[in-house]
Order: sequence, then C-alpha cells, then structure tokens
Amino acid sequence: MEVLLIGLLAATLRVATPLILGTLGELFAERAGILNLGIEGTMFCGAFVGFVVGGATGNLWFGVLAAIVSGIFAGLLMGLMSVRLGVSQHVSGLGITLLLTGLSLFGFRLIYGEPRIPPSIQPFTKLSILGQVPILGEILGQYALTYIALALVPVCWWVLYRTNFGLQIRAVGENPEAADAAGVNVFLTRYLALAIAGGLMAAGGAFLSLAQLGAFTYGIIAGRGWVCIALIIFANWQPVRVLWGALLFGGVFALQLRLQTLGLKLPYEAFLALPYLVTIAALAVAGRNATYPAALLKAYKRE
Amino acid sequence: MPAIQMLGITKRFDPVLANDHVDFSLEPGEIHALLGENGAGKTTLMRILYGLYHADEGEILVDGQLAHITSPKEAITLGIGMVAQHFTLVPSLSVAENVVLGYTRGLGFDPLAAQQNVAEAAARFGIKTDPAALVRHLSVGERQRIEILKALYRNARVLIMDEPTSVLVPQEVNVLFETLERLRAAGLSVIFISHKLNEVMAVCDRITVLRQGRVVGTVDKTETSQAELACMMVGRETFGVVRHGEHPQGQVRLRLDHLNALDNKGLPALKQVSLEVQAGEILCIAGVSGNGQAELARVLAGTLKPAEGRILVEDQDLTGSDPSRFLAAGVGRIPEERHEGTIGELSVAENMVLERLDDFTRNGLLDRNLIRRHGEQLIAEYQIKAQPTDRMRTLSGGNIQKVVLARALSGKPRFLVASQPTRGLDVGATEYVRSKLLEQRDQGVAVLLISEDLDEVLALADRIAVIYEGRIVGVIPTQEASLEQLGLMMSGACPQGAARGGNS
Ligand SMILES: Nc1ncnc2c1ncn2[C@@H]1O[C@H](COP(=O)(O)OP(=O)(O)OP(=O)(O)O)[C@@H](O)[C@H]1O
Ligand SMILES: [Mg+2]
Repeated sequence: MEVLLIGLLAATLRVATPLILGTLGELFAERAGILNLGIEGTMFCGAFVGFVVGGATGNLWFGVLAAIVSGIFAGLLMGLMSVRLGVSQHVSGLGITLLLTGLSLFGFRLIYGEPRIPPSIQPFTKLSILGQVPILGEILGQYALTYIALALVPVCWWVLYRTNFGLQIRAVGENPEAADAAGVNVFLTRYLALAIAGGLMAAGGAFLSLAQLGAFTYGIIAGRGWVCIALIIFANWQPVRVLWGALLFGGVFALQLRLQTLGLKLPYEAFLALPYLVTIAALAVAGRNATYPAALLKAYKRE
Repeated sequence: MPAIQMLGITKRFDPVLANDHVDFSLEPGEIHALLGENGAGKTTLMRILYGLYHADEGEILVDGQLAHITSPKEAITLGIGMVAQHFTLVPSLSVAENVVLGYTRGLGFDPLAAQQNVAEAAARFGIKTDPAALVRHLSVGERQRIEILKALYRNARVLIMDEPTSVLVPQEVNVLFETLERLRAAGLSVIFISHKLNEVMAVCDRITVLRQGRVVGTVDKTETSQAELACMMVGRETFGVVRHGEHPQGQVRLRLDHLNALDNKGLPALKQVSLEVQAGEILCIAGVSGNGQAELARVLAGTLKPAEGRILVEDQDLTGSDPSRFLAAGVGRIPEERHEGTIGELSVAENMVLERLDDFTRNGLLDRNLIRRHGEQLIAEYQIKAQPTDRMRTLSGGNIQKVVLARALSGKPRFLVASQPTRGLDVGATEYVRSKLLEQRDQGVAVLLISEDLDEVLALADRIAVIYEGRIVGVIPTQEASLEQLGLMMSGACPQGAARGGNS
C-alpha cells in the first residue's frame, strides 16, 4: 500500500509537469485575449525539435532551448495570423496545430525515415534530492524540468501581477480599447504574450521526449494540449490554480495506471478514459463561475 | 498661440464624409464647446486629435508645432487627454491600475506604491476616489472621475471630454463643472462636447458648431444664445414638443402589485412598488438615477425576477416570465444602456429584427431579403443615418438610439417601457423621440417613461410617479406638479405626495 502511494505521488508530479508548462503558456495567451489552439501542435513541435537537437548536440539542455525557440516562433506565427491579420482565433490556432504537426512529421521522416521502433536517446536523469531518506527521497526524486515547472508557477504569478508588462497583458485581454487609449501597445503586448506562451508550451513537449520517454513517437502529445485548454478554464485563469488543476489531472492519470495493474475485469480503455472524465466533471463544477478574459477571441482593430 | 490648431481636417468613412475640411482652434485656459447633431462628426474629430483615427487630409498643430499623432501614446506625450463617450476603463482592474496603465516605467509593478501615487495625484487635483477599489464596482460618475484623473496623471494640458454629462445625474454634473472650473483656473484647456445647450452656456467660453461634418461657425458665449445655437446646429428653429389633451380614463394595461426586487449585490432595490399604467397615457417614473429605476426596467423586460409581488400585463400574469413572454404579451422596450440593447458586430437591419426573429423566419431559415427590406423601410421612416448593412458599432450615439426606438415601435407594442430614451441625443433627435412617444400615447399605447430630466417629465407625462430609494413616494397628475415639489420628492424630503397613494 505504502509503495503504491509513493509511486502514485511521484508519478503525479511527473504527469503534471508538461500540463503545468502547457497551461501556464495558454494562460499567457488567454490573459492577453488570444485563445491559442496551436498548443497541441506547438507541444508536438517542441517534443520533436527538442529530441532532434538534444540528440544531435549530445546536450539535452540545448534540446530544451531549441524547443523553446521553436515555440516562440510558433507563438509569433499565431500572433501574425490572429493579432496582425485578424484571422479567427479558432481557425488560426487549429491551422497552426495542423501545420506544426505536419512539419514535425515531415522532419522526422527526413531524419529518421520510417523506423520500426521509435528512435530513442539517453533521457535526463532524475535529481536525487534527499536521495537517502526513504519516502521523501523517492517522491522528490524528479526531473529538473519538473522543478522548473513548479517554480514557474509563482514566477508567472509575479509576472502577471507584479510587473508592468503583466498589468498590460491583463488590460489587453480584458479591454483592448481601454489599454490602447491609455497608451499601451496592444499589438506588441499580444505578440510578446504569445511568444512566451509558445515557449512554455514547447518546453512542455520537450519534457515528454527528453525526460519522461527519452524517445519520440507520433502519439507523444496524445491530446495533452487539449487537456491544457480545459485546465485553464478549471484554473479560472489563475496561475496558482493551474498547479492544482494539473496535479488533479496528473493524480487521476497516475491512479488509473496503477488501477490497470490490479487486474480488474474491465477493458483498459475504461481506465484510460478516467482522467478525462474527471477533467470534464471538474470543469462542469469549476467552469460554471469561470470569468473569461472579456476580450478573449476578439481581434482588435483601430480602423 | 493656440494650444491646439486643427486645419482642414477631412475624414471619410465610405460613403460618409464624417469631417469635411474642419478648422478648429483651442486657446490655453479655455473651455471650448463642440456642438452638433448626432452624427455631425464631433467624436470623429476628437478621435483624430487623440490618435485613434487618422485624418485623410489636414494637419494638427500643438503649441504651434506641427504634430503627427498616430496613436494615443503620442497624443498623451503631447499633453492631450481624452475622456471618451464610452468609458475606456478595464473593469476587472483597480482604480490605481487603470490610472497608471500604460504610463509606467521599469519592470516591476508595485500595487501599493501605485495606489499611493494615485491617491496623491487625486488629492492634488481634488478628485475623490478609492485607489484600491475595482472599477467594476464604481458608479458611472465615479468612473468618469477616474477617466479625468487618468488624463491628468499623464500631465494632460488639453482635456477632451466627449459628452461627459450625458451619463451623470444633476449633482454629479455640478461636481464635474467645479472640477472643470478648477482645471481652467490652473491653465488647462478643455474641449467639451454636449447636447445640452444650457450646460454649454454655463461653462464654456467659446462654441464651435458642426453640421454634417462641416464647421458652421465658432462663436463667443457672450455673443450668442441657446436659440441661436440650436438653429446653427439643426439648420432650422426648434420648438420642443407639446402634449395635447388629457387622456380619457383608459383600460389598465400594466399593473404592478407590491413588487419587491433585489439588485445585483442582493440588496433591496424595489420596495413594495404598486403602479398602474393605462392605455393612452404616459406615466413617468421621475427620480435621481440609482433609486431603483434600472431594476424596474429590468423587471419589466423579464431579465430580473422580482422577489415578491406580481406583474400583470392586461390581466396576464407575467411574474417570473422570460423576456420572450414579455415581448409576446406586447411589451416593447427601449433599454437605458443602448449598447446593451444592440449587438455591435451585427448589421443595423439584423439588430432591427432581433426581438422578433420568428416573424422573419421562413422554413426555419432567416429570410435575409425580408430583413433587409424591413431595415431599409425603418431607416427611411425614422431618418436614421446608416445603411442596413452597416455594423451597429459604427453608428453615432443618436443613430443607435433611433434604431432601438424603431425596433421597439415596429413591434407594435401595447405597453412600452422607455428608459432615458433621449439621453445623449441632440436637440432635433430629442424632439423626434419625444414626438414619437406622444404619438404612441395618442394611438392608445400605455407608456411607462423612466427619466431624470424634469423638463422631459413635465413635457410628456400625464401622471408622474416619483421614486426614491426603491419606493414610489407619490403619484401626481402633471397639472398639479411643480418643479420645486418634484425636486423635493426626488430627494426624499417631501413625503406628503405619498398621502395621495400609489394608485391615483
Ligand atoms: N468607425 C466608423 N466606421 C464607419 N462610419 C463611422 C465610424 N465612426 C463614425 N462613423 C460615421 O461618421 C459620422 C460621424 O460620427 P461621429 O461619431 O463623429 O458623430 P458625433 O457627432 O459624435 O455624434 P453623436 O452626437 O451621436 O455622438 C456618422 O455618420 C457615423 O456613422
Ligand atoms: Mg459622439
């Protein structure tokens, strides 16, 4: 029982890591008034670019960095479409997901051909914090990226609520006309927010290929981007609640993995569906008093 | 040297020529009024000065220097501040955050320091405010003071105020005028847009009148009169409307029976309101705004469910019904906040049929042609300056109000609720709306008019019900009403009207 619980907690943090990164990214985009449905593709691209660069340079951190850069470009592309050209945010976001997924797969074919087993690398090793201490050591023995993700939660809070840039993001996402009249550059603010968002999302993808799996597969993201879109509503656009949302989903996900091994007479798909069902239920409860950024989905034009 | 000179400004919104070679100059330390009918181009001219629109032709000089103002940021740097017709505040942010937004330096933002700074600035300019309060929780008058503070905080030397008084109650107007006088004494210049000629004559030094995008003239206050200004604006003399004849005792169309309702914060807003409105009469709800009028209008639209009491429309009990049932029962409405009554992204013609889509549906689909023809017809009938396909948000304030009026009346209501229907309208449009309301009355419609403009109340009402703190403190026939008595009742100081009872 104890072993089970320790494993569960450790796995929860691991599963939550890409979700924290992706949802914090989406948080920046949406607080600035842009729904970025490019998240799924941006994470996929991050996983791929991180894997390739990490493998080629032999330094996994270079991989993470390259992934972030690719994510920033993806965010700027989203900005070009939805901020500059005023294309519907749904259309441009889904377009970017399709584009980046396609490009990444294309790049994969060019580099690796069509291997029968997915290519792999030596992934990040887990940190050994309090390694000797029995229970705590096992729970805290996580990847460095997990700690970075956890640390980013207060950092994002600080950026949003304690910097001028954060104030501008919040204003632009609520009432761009007012922000503009007050002398805020609405377009620049939205571009920057989208760039940060893209970088965070791609880092979430890179975590999967460089740490959790040490490999790259076609289904590596497996809808995590869409889960982030749901979590942001659950979190009511608050950084700290992003953490709780990601941990809840991570916890249920880790739980269903363990339930599968108990040998219950249920098809394994039922277990797989569990975290998503919990997400929907949590959304139904929390989403009812959701306070959307008022300018979400609205392109800003000055005539 | 003038503080601002605008020379030959032209701005075209195809097919409208909103500004046609406009010359305008503003001296330091003067309050300069900009007058004109709805759609005359006042807001457009000011948006050009503030960098929100770009002029197609013409130039702007600030303190004698040629200025290229392409964004509000540049206007702010040049010392120009603007309080827009629709407030540009972020409701979810605090007062302090709104004031410093876009005018901060460095990386960090310290909410407490910002509140401190804003409190100091507010004290310096003599503006009362709570810097920590969320703007969402402020009244309209308070929001406007934040807008002024925002401009002053940015060291504005020129303050543009676009119809600042149209949203204020009389007491707040006085506070605003005191603030403006103080700013003038400090050497600031103010551009003041208003449709109320008495206000213009009270505070302004010079007046520029626009008509259909062109300057009709600039006059000194001392050398003109309200009648002359009205004539310059409209191009003809105006006379105001008159109510003819006493209405015969009609059938009761609306009966409110001991109605109680709560406001958004859960506090009692309507207390034991009992009223009757008869066919062929205009019953006015007079009172200082914020005394329950908004809630009364919402209750009668079906968007606020009363906590207690009954609503009877022609003996049909509509208590707790949906807005659609109210519409079906023949209740027409002209909502107070016209931007909430219309949808900016939809076309004018579409907005005109919003309340009765069923009538414009064929085989389950909207009949676009019918909607367009209906739109064209109403636009012609109500002399609205717009095309049926124009987006609603591009219309000027007065034209939006005409669309709302046309929509309400085209449904052939049997009972009409009109909230502040002439707020923000120019002299001519005001006259037009009032005459339409009287026309409805004469056709036997029961009209409930909510207004805080006592001139309007006395000109239109058959009976006047005064509301104070959610209670009807008295109902009096208009012949027996005097300004003094109404004023006293509205301030809650004169309960003797109440002796007459709520059901005269
Ligand atoms: N963004 C826009 N797009 C198209 N037409 C516009 C736009 N803004 C204004 N107009 C048109 O320009 C004309 C002038 O409008 P403006 O808002 O300046 O009038 P106004 O004098 O401020 O009127 P009001 O007293 O009703 O506020 C109107 O016919 C209006 O429909
Ligand atoms: Mg205007």
